[in-house]
Amino acid sequence: MKSEAAVEHGAGAGKPPMWSIALGWMRRNLFNSWLNSLITLAALWMIYEVAVFLVGWALVNAAYGFDPESCRAAEGLCWPFFADTWKLFMVGRYPFELRYRPLLVVLLIAGVAVPGIFRAVRQSIWYYAVWVAAGVVALFIIRGADFLNISLVNTGLWGGLMLTMILSVAGIGFSFPIGVVLALGRRSQSMPIVRALCVGYIELIRGVPLITILFMASNMLPLFFPPGFDLDKVLAAQIGIILFSAAYMAEVVRGGLQAIPRGQIEAAEAVGLNYWQTMAFIVLPQALRIVIPPLVSTFIALLKDTSLVAIIGLYDLLGIHAQIIANPIWLGQGVEGYVFIGLIYWIICFSISRYASKLEKRFQAAQH
Amino acid sequence: MKSNVMIVVAFIVGAVLAYLVLSFTGSEPATTQEEATAPGLLETIVSRGELKCGVSGTLPGFASLNSSGEMVGFDVDFCKATAAAIGVGLSIEALTAKERFTALQSGRVDVLYRNTTWTMSRDVKLGLDFHGVNYYDGQGFMVRKDGKIKNAKDMDGATVCVDTGTTTELNLADYFRSNGMKYKPVVFEGADKARAAYEAGRCDVHTTDASGLAGQRSALKNPNDHIILPEIISKEPLGPVTVHGDNKWGDVVRWVLNVLVVAEEKGITQSNVEQMAGSSKDPEVQRMLGKTGTFGADLGLSKDWAVKAIPSGGNYGEIFERNIGKSTPLKLDRGLNQLWSKGGLLYAPPIR
Amino acid sequence: MTPPRRDQPQSLIALWRNPVARAWIYQIAILLAVGLGAHTLFQNTRRNLEEKDTVSGFAYLANEASFGIGEILPVPVLEGGLIHLLIAIVAGLFLVFLLSRWQKRRGSTIGADTRLVIVVFILLFGVPLAVLFYSGDTIRAIHYTEANSYGVALMVGLLNTFKVSLIGCVLATLLGLFLGISRLSSNWLVAKLSETYIEIVRNIPLLVQLFFVYIAVLRTLPQPENSLRFFDVAILNNRGLYLPSPIPQDFANLFMLSIAATLTGIYFWRRHVKQRQDRTGEQLPFFLPSVAALVAVSGLVWLIFGTPFQLEYAELRGFNFVGGLELSPEFTAMLISLTLYTAAFIAEIVRSGIQAVSKGQREAAQSLGLRGGQTLRLIVLPQAMRVMIPPLTSQFLNLTKNSSLGTAIGFAEVVNISGTIINQSGQAIEPIALTMVIYLTFSLSISMLMNWYNAKMRLVER
Repeated sequence: MKSEAAVEHGAGAGKPPMWSIALGWMRRNLFNSWLNSLITLAALWMIYEVAVFLVGWALVNAAYGFDPESCRAAEGLCWPFFADTWKLFMVGRYPFELRYRPLLVVLLIAGVAVPGIFRAVRQSIWYYAVWVAAGVVALFIIRGADFLNISLVNTGLWGGLMLTMILSVAGIGFSFPIGVVLALGRRSQSMPIVRALCVGYIELIRGVPLITILFMASNMLPLFFPPGFDLDKVLAAQIGIILFSAAYMAEVVRGGLQAIPRGQIEAAEAVGLNYWQTMAFIVLPQALRIVIPPLVSTFIALLKDTSLVAIIGLYDLLGIHAQIIANPIWLGQGVEGYVFIGLIYWIICFSISRYASKLEKRFQAAQH
Repeated sequence: MKSNVMIVVAFIVGAVLAYLVLSFTGSEPATTQEEATAPGLLETIVSRGELKCGVSGTLPGFASLNSSGEMVGFDVDFCKATAAAIGVGLSIEALTAKERFTALQSGRVDVLYRNTTWTMSRDVKLGLDFHGVNYYDGQGFMVRKDGKIKNAKDMDGATVCVDTGTTTELNLADYFRSNGMKYKPVVFEGADKARAAYEAGRCDVHTTDASGLAGQRSALKNPNDHIILPEIISKEPLGPVTVHGDNKWGDVVRWVLNVLVVAEEKGITQSNVEQMAGSSKDPEVQRMLGKTGTFGADLGLSKDWAVKAIPSGGNYGEIFERNIGKSTPLKLDRGLNQLWSKGGLLYAPPIR
Repeated sequence: MTPPRRDQPQSLIALWRNPVARAWIYQIAILLAVGLGAHTLFQNTRRNLEEKDTVSGFAYLANEASFGIGEILPVPVLEGGLIHLLIAIVAGLFLVFLLSRWQKRRGSTIGADTRLVIVVFILLFGVPLAVLFYSGDTIRAIHYTEANSYGVALMVGLLNTFKVSLIGCVLATLLGLFLGISRLSSNWLVAKLSETYIEIVRNIPLLVQLFFVYIAVLRTLPQPENSLRFFDVAILNNRGLYLPSPIPQDFANLFMLSIAATLTGIYFWRRHVKQRQDRTGEQLPFFLPSVAALVAVSGLVWLIFGTPFQLEYAELRGFNFVGGLELSPEFTAMLISLTLYTAAFIAEIVRSGIQAVSKGQREAAQSLGLRGGQTLRLIVLPQAMRVMIPPLTSQFLNLTKNSSLGTAIGFAEVVNISGTIINQSGQAIEPIALTMVIYLTFSLSISMLMNWYNAKMRLVER
């Protein structure tokens, strides 16, 4: 009550001084009761302790420079570790002399992304086609192409952040259309068998942990192909990821489909559109727009989930970390590595999720 | 919602029924014909232009990553020699103990040089073929120097870190059982994780093959704080493995290994192999290096296969000394892995 | 669905133009394609397996495991007296069937009445358990050793999965509730702290957190000789957390029975109190009498028959602490990271649940004179619960599925044990399929429970 009075008083007396505004704000939001004051003080103490610890660990007691030996003496963070190994974290065992290729891909993607700031470009269907083409080109740049005389790089050498991004982007790219088909099948009214197949697939996949699917992909998938067929390890994991995320994607898309009023479909039918035309031109465009925010969260979940491929022996961020700390000179730097990896994931996932919530707000604003 | 559950249950029941039906319908003899026409692994490797070799990847000295991102070590050098003998490129794949056999069986790798123990069940039951021994090993124990354990019999009640999917895991159980002692296993996926946990103090004892222990010890923060107990509790002949039934490919793997041992016997080294190929008067060396005889062609390789194989990493002794010998952090003794003529077990069949 | 048109298909074209017929043609084609695909996969798999001379089938489950497991819970195994149990189960099922018929005749379902649901649970689980208990040595606990079979090893893994998921769900709910409420706190700092926590934890993969927690926990804890001791009750070192474990004495059963009886009494007392309040508005004392009754009854039994449980403390013997209740670092790391991770998601569910309760409700409660805590407990949370329960359940399922990551740090849960079995037995397909079926069974039973709950909630809404 007191603080409100203070505000009223301040408003009455013209422009109040800065410190009084701040004080009023603090009274209202931090010290509005004795219990809250106590909690605030406790929270401040906690923040102080954590900050002291972090500064001490990362700056004061840290080892600097490039010499691994200095880390053995230091109690804190080992900066030389990052100086020496960040390239491995980025691209894994990708051949040294070919590291310009991932860089090229980053430039390519940036080049395609920049025009997207213009709304007119973003709304053109061709822009999406360009994205798809860029994805295919990027894959060829990284893998190499025999017919263009660009030397091949075995997928066994792919690793680090590069592999993580490839697995998740390709995962979402391929699982999305499969998810749409599964969702349409699940919503189908005239085809009970197809519906049963789709429901069975979706619920089966959603009922088991990803790691069992990955075990299946790495242990069983090669058995499914004819003898002598050589299934790439990265490809096997990628297939597992796609199969897994398609089921979740289907559920997201289904949510969008359910939100489309029945009248839309009836109207389309009345105009004489057949099923596929109705879906392609009327229902899906509306449904997909609704599900963009949950789609983005599915993508974040997928990005985080790709870390499991380390368990089946791929060299994504976590996998390459295990290899790096097997090197005697970087032994005992495990914690630094995990913090670094966590930071990379966090920056990516957090910025995507912020972008998604911005999108969501914009949609809500557009609807009201 | 309720019907979803029913559908999934129906799926499971259907899969079980299909499994039952298929497992009782018996085998079809149709597969043999295709086998005859299918190309062998050697042809596949040559046409692919690359040998895919499975190694451990996290075992210092045997196969581990160096700072520039290359895989190096004792096992890697055998892979290199094999690829060089065929005259193809090499792609190294690091595998965990758990996935190594499936990787081999599914064709992800052509040959395993991954500290794999030759056991009867693996040879007979798992559909694998072993082609000799590149390291005679035995299971040992590493403990802290200042701890209570002075020999293996002191270990009753200890916590033991072990890598999963290995013979080590089974030997460990056998050893404690047969000695009436108790232990608490902590099982890790990957030797590096087991080592990290041991170093963090999770276990009193770290166990794996003695050679591996030497490698692990060299990679500890303070190697001198740890000792490897003198007791060796098992025989662990480690050797190259290929998938069962492809004898032609098996011959290549076996004889590349043998030729590296014979090269040491005959004093052929990385540096003098070219010269020996031209000038040696020893008939066995002449046969081996392709000056006389048709062994190269018999294996399906070029005439000078051995001349190409040896320079990649040298003979057996050179590979040993460079990667795990006295001058390396592992400081391993030749021990059983000395030539038979010098009191060891290395006894390659004659090239004749 | 529109009824199929009755006009006679004169030709194939007419058949094709009939939407129902066309749908069936599509479906049969798709079914054939799926069947063909499945058949090819099966044939390929069989040829591959034959070529590799590997064994197949589930006979491996009976083979000797001969590998050690670090974390063992006793596996209950049925022995003898099976016939009593079967009779009890069949009788229970029959009674439930009769009950549902009776309810149906009254124009209702079992799910509509919580009391009947409890009766059904007692009939289905309580009675068989009681029969087991009193018919003697029908349940035997196997303490796993290397000489046991793969099947028993798998059971140990399953129990470990249950253990960590169950405790994890409880802890994550509590922490999530706390975080969710504090995110809406009027204290700006608390709300921001809570938000920061949620945003950090949600955007980093669980596996990274798990490794971090495991290594961080291990590195900071002392060796057994220098254990941290809390009054000798809890002992903490890098081999685990040791707590005293209760060892049941002769009259432990009686003690437990008396507590159960008291609790039942309290339940009926609460109903009575509620009914009285509904009818007359008079508030009878509930909390104090209940506690008093509980203390009095259990104290009386304790005094007469002696202590029901003796505490067993862990002591340092050789290298490690022996006895007591042991929580291994793997289990602890798993539990901590699962709790921290899932709590962040639960917090968001709690927040949106609370926000979904209209502001008028809160204001109405305040104008009735309810205090802040009371408003939250009596008005807001019960209503928020209805929105929260479905996503909460899916978080619990996620937690259970995520416990499979234990395989990465060597926690002996079901996927870890299956992995070891795959490697030692050389069979891949059967263990993986079995693991999937185990998780599926779990997911499906939870989702059935959810169906029941949703149905019940709908009824209440009316």
